[in-house]
Amino acid sequence: MTKPSFVYVTYIATTPEKLWRALTEGTFTEQYWFGTRIACHWAPGAPLTFRKDGALFNTGEVLVYDPYRRLSYTWKVEIDDAFRGERASRVVFDLEPKGAEVKLTLTHDDFDIDSKVHEAVSQGWPMVLASLKSFLETGRGLAVSSAGAANDTKEQVIARARAASR
Amino acid sequence: MSEPNFVPKTVYVNYIAAAPEKVWAALTDATFTRQYFFGRSVEIEARVGGSFILRMPDGRVDVQGKVVEWDPPRRLSVTWRVMWHEDMRKLPECLISYQIDALGEAVRLTLTEAYQWEVPDDILAGGRQGWPAILSSLKSLLETGKPIVIQMGPPKEMLEAIKQRG
Repeated sequence: MTKPSFVYVTYIATTPEKLWRALTEGTFTEQYWFGTRIACHWAPGAPLTFRKDGALFNTGEVLVYDPYRRLSYTWKVEIDDAFRGERASRVVFDLEPKGAEVKLTLTHDDFDIDSKVHEAVSQGWPMVLASLKSFLETGRGLAVSSAGAANDTKEQVIARARAASR
Repeated sequence: MSEPNFVPKTVYVNYIAAAPEKVWAALTDATFTRQYFFGRSVEIEARVGGSFILRMPDGRVDVQGKVVEWDPPRRLSVTWRVMWHEDMRKLPECLISYQIDALGEAVRLTLTEAYQWEVPDDILAGGRQGWPAILSSLKSLLETGKPIVIQMGPPKEMLEAIKQRG
């Protein structure tokens, strides 16, 4: 059985420099990451935190800090008992300039098999990265009502697709 | 004898700050698709069983199929056979479904590519490369009025893999 991973690609009309700031500065993340603020003294090995409304959601450690090209950190969920028992996984952002756009590839992997965090982030990342794209292109992140959005599992999405194709 | 079910192989989720009706129009109206779908014009009959065509800027038919679900502004499914390339024309058709869910000020657009046969990953690679570019551009078009133009050639590895299958 292969270990779970999640990959998501999006294209954003921005520069690698602006995208980098949006990924690494808390004043930006809280505008598109539904109020979540990242804090870190960016350098390989440095600790980082994600907080929302003062509550500690995630912790991690910087793995790769290669400005405008690659950012990677570990991802340990602290907020929920269902997730807290899992070891840290790994997040990688790859930025590639493509003409007037930047191709952003997110890879979230190094999960244990049957990881609940994997299931949750597979739902969460498309929303966060769509909001990031809106923020950089329009100045405003997305207002998504979480009802029905964050609660769907990947299995529900696939089951829906399967049922509809019958 | 009933045909085998279409099984989802690729799912791409995007969130767009637009009304469901606007997203529906972007999927079914050629004045939109020409702007974000690599110049393709959609020609679709507004009924189940109606014909579906994606036409290239030079007039050739790129994709041909039939409408399987027509439920504006929530769900659209079409069968999908790539016609412009001789080797691809021989492949079994797949099913492309768009699901539009209203979530507050945004919609979730879920694209599903489903197959009735054991399709290898190198053939799936074409859609996995193309959909993020197409749907990123659709999002930009609806949110900013401007699509993003991504230069992307035909997927060489996929064409090679199809050729090898004979």
